[in-house]
Amino acid sequence: MYPAQFDYRRAGSVDEALSLLQENEDAKLMAGGHSLIPMMKLRLAQPPVVIDIGRLNELKGISEAGGSVRVGSLTTHADIAASDVLAAHCPVLAEAAGHIGDAQVRNRGTIGGNIAHADPGSDIPPVLVLLGASVHLQSPSGTRSVAAGDFFQDLLMTDVGEDEILTHVDAPALGAGTGSAYLKFEHPASGYAVVGAAASVTVQGGRCTGAGLVVGGVSATPTAVDVSSLVGTDLSDDAIAAAASGLDAEDPIGDIFASGDYRVHVGKVYGKRALAAARDRA
Amino acid sequence: MTVSIQLEVNGKPVQAAVEPRRLLVHFLREDLGLTGANIGCETSLCGACTVLVDGNAVKSCTMLAAQADGASVTTIEGLAQNGELHPLQEGFWEKHGLQCGYCTPGMILSANYLLAQNPSPDDEEIREGLKGNICRCTGYHNIVEAVKYAAERMS
Amino acid sequence: MARVLGTSIKRREDPALITGRGKYTDDLKAEGLAHAVIVRSPYAHARIRGIDTSAAAALPGVLAVLTARDVAAAGIPGVVPVGWLLPDLVTPAHPMIAADTVRHVGDAVAVVVAEDRYLARDAADRVAVDYEPLDAVADVVAALEDGAPSVHEEAPGNVAFDWEIGEREPVDAAFASAAHTVELDLRNNRLIPHAIEPRAVLASYDSSTGEMTIHMTSQNPHVHRLLMTLASLGMPEHKVRIVAPEVGGGFGSKIHHYADEAIVGLCSMKLDRPVKWTATRTETNLTDAHGRDHSTRCALALDADGRITGLRVDTAAAMGAYLSTFAPAVPTYLYGTLMSGQYDIPAIHCHVTGVFTHTTPVDAYRGAGRPEATYVVERLMHLAGEATGLGPVEVRRRNFVSPDAFPYQTQVALAYDSGNYGPAMDRALEMIGYEDLRSQQASRRDNGAKQIGIGFSSYIEACGLAPSAVVGSLGAQAGQWESADVRVHPTASVTVYTGSSSHGQGHETTFSQIVADRLGIDPEAVEVIHGDTDLVQFGMGTYGSRSAAVGGSAIARSVDKIIEKGKKIAAHLLEASAEDLEYEDGSFRVAGSPDRSLGLGDVALQAYLAHNYPDDLEPGLSATSFYDPANFTYPFGTHVCVVEVDTETGSIELLRYAAVDDVGNVINPMIVDGQLHGGLAQGIGQALWENAVYDESGQLVSGSLMDYAVPKIHNLIPFELDRTTTPCPHNPLGVKGVGEAGAIASPAAVVNAVVDALAPFGISHIDMPLTPEKVWRAVNS
Repeated sequence: MYPAQFDYRRAGSVDEALSLLQENEDAKLMAGGHSLIPMMKLRLAQPPVVIDIGRLNELKGISEAGGSVRVGSLTTHADIAASDVLAAHCPVLAEAAGHIGDAQVRNRGTIGGNIAHADPGSDIPPVLVLLGASVHLQSPSGTRSVAAGDFFQDLLMTDVGEDEILTHVDAPALGAGTGSAYLKFEHPASGYAVVGAAASVTVQGGRCTGAGLVVGGVSATPTAVDVSSLVGTDLSDDAIAAAASGLDAEDPIGDIFASGDYRVHVGKVYGKRALAAARDRA
Repeated sequence: MTVSIQLEVNGKPVQAAVEPRRLLVHFLREDLGLTGANIGCETSLCGACTVLVDGNAVKSCTMLAAQADGASVTTIEGLAQNGELHPLQEGFWEKHGLQCGYCTPGMILSANYLLAQNPSPDDEEIREGLKGNICRCTGYHNIVEAVKYAAERMS
Repeated sequence: MARVLGTSIKRREDPALITGRGKYTDDLKAEGLAHAVIVRSPYAHARIRGIDTSAAAALPGVLAVLTARDVAAAGIPGVVPVGWLLPDLVTPAHPMIAADTVRHVGDAVAVVVAEDRYLARDAADRVAVDYEPLDAVADVVAALEDGAPSVHEEAPGNVAFDWEIGEREPVDAAFASAAHTVELDLRNNRLIPHAIEPRAVLASYDSSTGEMTIHMTSQNPHVHRLLMTLASLGMPEHKVRIVAPEVGGGFGSKIHHYADEAIVGLCSMKLDRPVKWTATRTETNLTDAHGRDHSTRCALALDADGRITGLRVDTAAAMGAYLSTFAPAVPTYLYGTLMSGQYDIPAIHCHVTGVFTHTTPVDAYRGAGRPEATYVVERLMHLAGEATGLGPVEVRRRNFVSPDAFPYQTQVALAYDSGNYGPAMDRALEMIGYEDLRSQQASRRDNGAKQIGIGFSSYIEACGLAPSAVVGSLGAQAGQWESADVRVHPTASVTVYTGSSSHGQGHETTFSQIVADRLGIDPEAVEVIHGDTDLVQFGMGTYGSRSAAVGGSAIARSVDKIIEKGKKIAAHLLEASAEDLEYEDGSFRVAGSPDRSLGLGDVALQAYLAHNYPDDLEPGLSATSFYDPANFTYPFGTHVCVVEVDTETGSIELLRYAAVDDVGNVINPMIVDGQLHGGLAQGIGQALWENAVYDESGQLVSGSLMDYAVPKIHNLIPFELDRTTTPCPHNPLGVKGVGEAGAIASPAAVVNAVVDALAPFGISHIDMPLTPEKVWRAVNS
């Protein structure tokens, strides 16, 4: 309940944050603090310096342009969940953000902090992988982008370098004829996803022309399921169930609430249900 | 080191120098004597410490006092206006929405935020909106009734 | 004036609590306040080879670092005692601070006091303890196995006690001739109380007077003072004042005397200044006494008509690492004695082994023994309904103790004073729309993954903990009466000093209603004082659903004494005979002469003036009672739970929960319903979510709210409540108890509903909590 001592630096710009990061070894960036502060209260994290980037308005906001949506890394889950832009162009991201924690957590927690923490029970990562989103990073030497599928590397590990700041996420807008859904099997204590299934389905003329399914919570990183067998079908329940049953995780994670085997099973069931919900919305 | 902060708490300006590690909830409780916000866990789950920061319900145990610099904070002590209980306070009293009272300030402030977002929530929306607040006494039955009572009064 | 008993008047406690003005222990300040952090064992079992406190002590702002050596040097008893003894109970010492061995994760090994709590925590991190880890055993069954690691040398095989009730031979005979038998191995899962306010204490010692004031999270300040002074700190009882300010829930966890509060008292004595300690959630979960943790084998024998002929129960009950305050009583006298349930059972035998484990101690938690017993009996009744083909309703009805059989002597010591079980069952069936539900269930049986189940629990409980002579003969080291001092002031307003200390139950409101009703005055004219050993006469406190039945009755007794005295005064003033006086609606009247009367205020004033006063009376108008009831009270009822089980994932959704409870006369229906709601949430929590899980090394892996699922608002549903009223025949108010009923009845109702939903899968039992994975595995096995 009582964090260890640290020095506090408040960045006034991304450039200032980057130079503070360079000047202070083992410094931690803090956006909303909803991943970092809980760890610090338990003294599981004891950074010598915390760089508060929470006021960098340049990293906040949601916009759409040219068939792509952009979400600034400091955008809160509450703003994502309530976004009209996302409701129109990328509803599954808003839907998933609305499932995170609770109202208070969504008011402070940010998408950047969330994905940089890369908790396997987080609701956002499988959606970003499903969407084929790109994560944008900035360092003193420039900017780069990483596909969401490559960004999440392992349990609590991402591709963010020590000198980098996550600036925003870009995701292709979902077009007409595409339905999407995020279904969550919630842990009754933590509120994290035991399993979170993100699905999208595109239908043209009664036939499926594209489908995707990514399941979170089963492995250390989001697990994509090959559901290409759905393309060309009429998306019958049987076809969907068969496609979702392709979920495979080599080394599923487990805990006292849900074993790895069980998570894989629920992943298949929720994958099926998410695909069916996406179909019904297409 | 200390950080100088200026903020508004329950409508009054406050200035202080705090250790960077000082949690907002400790600043409110110990430095300002506003003990209405309570601490019930250390994993940001119980919601007993909920306050409004710039109108948004937040868990003051998961925020540094330094982060609140420049913000406007409302605690349970600031909810009643001119000696008049807020409709939510009345609702919790009228409908027996509290027993030990420890979770109540946070619960009321979360409900306040909920009603600001959604002035006439149904039962399910109330239950979803308050999931960040744990009550061990009431079984929540009367909390839902209390929020409905307040929503009606406020509409 | 209108009756105030039976009226839902709003709680007088609430204005302070809804405005943030209520003061809980951690809210309190004191001049020169220092803060303590307790250093705890990270091991379930280890030898302490040494403790180096120098780095901690050297930190600026640190005032003291104490270990077991300082407890010894202080020359105080330094132990945490057990307050309930059983025959042949093994009672190993529980030192305030572990000296050479730690026996559970969280055992205190040192304490740091500093000017600030952040600093105290910094210093605690610098206390270096050299541990030699030893093998540990956390599971109650594993602890009884040959070769299990030993918790205490004095307790071979980890057995704390071996206890039985009822007679074995008639039960064996019943099983030998039974037409039907059902049996079950079950677990009553270990629970962590989770009062939302963690335990806290502020101890202020003043060497100039030798007095210490301790504000703390207490359900029973006098009991805490007694145990604290006698066994831990060795102070004279009259030099210690214990105050329970607002207390943020207890559910049993704040009954018990713990090491931590005594440690903080010692710190204050050493430093001669106020010291505060507030547990973090992690700490409070590692040190608050846990609940339940039984492993049970049980069986029921029935004849061809479905009448029960015998019940056999064998339970291993975890005590944890040390015997907590009331621990030995919980799985014995509060458990074995409840085994007859609502049923006329001619032969019962219950055997219980108390077991030490390297875990947090186990003690009374909401229901304390009675939920465990109800779960055993009602799970067996569900199976009996299946085995006999009678179904859950008829098998219960057929075995209910008949309404004309009261008082009913069970085979397990208790004598039920009153009861009428059929009407509660009838009403519950009506509320839930039983026949409709059964047809809905039938229509789902063959289609769809989601199955409906209906579960019953017809429970009895013995509460209103008392009478003293009985509990004394059973091993209690304390009486179980309650006290009340009622003082009518010269202006006829009233102050009540009650030994029942409230922590959320609304005693101030309820007790004011008792006084107002009996005296015929406005409840606003009654003040209720509790929770302060300097203000209130010795009281036993609030637990065991005893406050209304015992504490309330004590108040009623005192009021009656006041009325009797008032009649004498009024008779003197009215020049009538006291025998001819009646008291009604706040006035003393001469029977048959309505114009000859005096108001309570007139009499009260004269009682204090004593200018014109009976020779044989003392002035003043107050009365103290120590009410010791003749028996427990026996609330009962039938609960029905309806669930939907997703057989594809094992998830359970609550659809309905109807409860018909008979808690006797009701003083404040709103508060009574609130108590039921809260109990239901905790019982449903036990059935579906809550579980204190230890790994094999004795680490508590569900020690935080990240893993331990306390029921949340979106996982519960509205509760449908109704009542029947069978007044308690032996107390002046006709009230029983209500605080624990919901927690006692509901686990069985929920589990029976789930098992009922899964009947097509041939499932007869799943252990609590019914996590989705367990249900899914049962469906697929």
